[in-house]
Amino acid sequence: MKALKNYLDKIKPNFEEGGKLHWLYSTYDAFETFLFVPNTTSRTGVHIHDARDSKRTMIIVILALVPALLVGMYNVGLQHYMAIGQEMSLLNNFLYGLIAMLPLIVVSYVVGLGIEFAMAQVKKEEVAEGFLVSGMLIPMIVPIDTPLWMVAVATAFSVIFAKEVFGGTGYNIFNVALIARAFLFFSYPSKMSGDQVWVRTADTFGMGKGTVIDGYSGATPLGQIATTDAASFGEFTFQGITGNPLSISDMFFGFIPGSVGEVSTFAILLGALILIATGVGSWKTMLSVFLGGAVSVLLVNAFAQNAMMEMPFYYHFMLGGFAFGAVFMATDPVTSARTEKGKWIYGFLIGMVAVAIRVFNPGYPEGMMLAILLINAFAPLIDFYVIDANIKRRAKRATASLNG
Amino acid sequence: MANRIKIKKGLRIPLLGECEETLRGTVKSELVRICPEDFQGITPKLSVKAGESVKAGAPLFYDKNHPEMLFASPVSGVVTNIERGEKRRILYIEVKADETTDYVDFGSKKPATLTSEEVKQAILDAGIWFLIRQRPYDVVAAPGKAPRDIFVTGFDSAPLAPSYDFLLQGREADLQTGFDALSKLTAGKVFLSISPKSSNKGLREAKNVVINEFDGPHPAGNVGVQINRLKPVNRGETVWTLTALDVAIIGHLFNNGVVDLTRTVALTGSEVKQSGYWKMVIGTQLKQLFQNNVTEGISLRYISGNPLTGQKIDPEGVLRAGHSQVTVIPEGDDVHEAFGWASLSPKRYSAGCTYPTLKKAYRMDARVLGGPRAIIVSNEYDKVFPMDIYPEQLIKAIIAFNIDKMEALGIYEVAPEDFALCEFVDTSKLELQHIVRTGLDMLRKEME
Repeated sequence: MKALKNYLDKIKPNFEEGGKLHWLYSTYDAFETFLFVPNTTSRTGVHIHDARDSKRTMIIVILALVPALLVGMYNVGLQHYMAIGQEMSLLNNFLYGLIAMLPLIVVSYVVGLGIEFAMAQVKKEEVAEGFLVSGMLIPMIVPIDTPLWMVAVATAFSVIFAKEVFGGTGYNIFNVALIARAFLFFSYPSKMSGDQVWVRTADTFGMGKGTVIDGYSGATPLGQIATTDAASFGEFTFQGITGNPLSISDMFFGFIPGSVGEVSTFAILLGALILIATGVGSWKTMLSVFLGGAVSVLLVNAFAQNAMMEMPFYYHFMLGGFAFGAVFMATDPVTSARTEKGKWIYGFLIGMVAVAIRVFNPGYPEGMMLAILLINAFAPLIDFYVIDANIKRRAKRATASLNG
Repeated sequence: MANRIKIKKGLRIPLLGECEETLRGTVKSELVRICPEDFQGITPKLSVKAGESVKAGAPLFYDKNHPEMLFASPVSGVVTNIERGEKRRILYIEVKADETTDYVDFGSKKPATLTSEEVKQAILDAGIWFLIRQRPYDVVAAPGKAPRDIFVTGFDSAPLAPSYDFLLQGREADLQTGFDALSKLTAGKVFLSISPKSSNKGLREAKNVVINEFDGPHPAGNVGVQINRLKPVNRGETVWTLTALDVAIIGHLFNNGVVDLTRTVALTGSEVKQSGYWKMVIGTQLKQLFQNNVTEGISLRYISGNPLTGQKIDPEGVLRAGHSQVTVIPEGDDVHEAFGWASLSPKRYSAGCTYPTLKKAYRMDARVLGGPRAIIVSNEYDKVFPMDIYPEQLIKAIIAFNIDKMEALGIYEVAPEDFALCEFVDTSKLELQHIVRTGLDMLRKEME
């Protein structure tokens, strides 16, 4: 490590003011601070600082995403081999998923971080770490069959127009990863929804060649119930891609078609535990999203007209992106309400709107993405009213003391 | 029984280097330096020239805007040097101290028999008015404006802070006289806040004051928190604030007729070999205290005050005016820690749970441990900010210098020190105390 440090110190003058490579200073700084804790000491104010910084915060979120990522990758392979009628080992399934997923992750990071580094250089700032999380989220919430160029375009769009034009990490109004997802959804709907995109049936780099078996259907469970003819939930059964009935444990542990991140509610809950235990994610937001969802599902259940409306709330939580959105998207501190009271209202509204979109919009069975983006827009308003109560209380106190 | 107020939010930083409760002696230095920048909100104008002799208690300088506000010399001797910096700003006034201190005799008085005006004049004349600060703006109190109430904090909850019980041993009579004097200065009340552990009789059994107990972690001892809980400052109101240590100095003036700016100072910090208490006047050079008594071979940070709000000084530096604590910690600029973001090192301390807390006390250095960022994490400041104020929103209003917003969010109630813990835990590594100080100064300019 010492040799590396010496090397970094040796090449540093090239990147400083007047050096040949000064146009890469932000990049140099990003790598240096990635490798070594900066040894700058405080100039004003407190003389000691907490060890937690922005890098630590982001790394914890990525750590929390890992369980969902691993199970999701395994499931990509599992669904693929089921579709072509082959039985494979756990490792083989995982490997297939890994090589199917890696290009998406690489493209998302290269494009997003490339833009971030360039912007940091232009603004003469340090590179902010926000995209480390967004760059991981984007491949986890798009269908596994999304063409790479689309991921690149969507990532570039969202980093530039959802984040950098607002001022960069910490200033954006909408969740960056969800804007990328929404961009894809509205620009290339045929690649983003329907029965064909959630399971990769083709081979990946020559791995897993085969022909799709008869009776294969790639519809997600939410898609199935949204389009079913069954008159009530009791008459309806969720089916896997080969027509086999799906059990609750399949849905909970994540052996259903869907995007990589969202399938395993179990792995998402593990991630939630990490976020809550480290205090990085707000348990208030998470809990209130589920509460909001549960309350509105119970309401809908009471006036049920079809199978979708009759579906109990725990199915809603296990299917689609509900849990993933609640744990990893709604809790994004920058786009969420920032006051503690506000978080309860913010989460509750997300849960309600997500269920409303799912149940009352037959064209689009998933509601989480739009619900979070919609309530992102209202988060400042929610905070405004929470803080306004404090302001009014102070004003009232001032008037009272003036008169008394 | 005093009314007990429980403070839940806050943080006790487990810092290595607690002070041993032993008085080890008196420190005297040949040269004593007074730095006008220690007195917030004044413009110093010199009363003495180099080469003149002064007695202890005689003025060295005064405030340009309040010529009646004098600043006393802590020792008697000859003014040897007036060091100026950029734009001829006075950095310090240096006095070569006599062997035995010769005090100006102001004559002992009983505050109870004096009028409010006479009490005020006595403190101003003696040159120790600077001990009284005011909210809003956290500056030396303007003598012209009568305060609504006066708040005195009777304990210090900052990391490694000295115990007021120990510092005030034997000062019970001075304390009471000081409280009597203060009660003359306001039509309102004098509030004294003590900790449940306070045992000093001068505090616990003080008369002429309203006593409240504040129970909880730092910043329970900050007077700003106490005011916010007891009787918050509203727009247009002024309150005065002091520490109990300063009350004793005022009491001493009335009891004995002399200005004695001697403080009992705690030497603390992880790099100090022998900690303990020493008596010295403000402005005393500290090098004899540090000699052979600090870790060698690494670069060190010397702080007059506590590690949260103190002033960085050099090893040749002096005890600054408001402080009863000197701290020495590692500077840390010679440390190159690899992959800090992935570290599981038990040496790293975080108030949150992103690092395991394995030790009882940590040796922390002066590194910022990260780069400056926009405010990202929410609810971080609130957890250590026990006032009915939204700190993050107030900080943003100050950065934008939106006066209406600042007023609405409670700028008049806060001082930079109230944001010290926020600055400590901040993952975005912003200089919050500096932001608040600048905001208060700009606001004061705008308003007065």
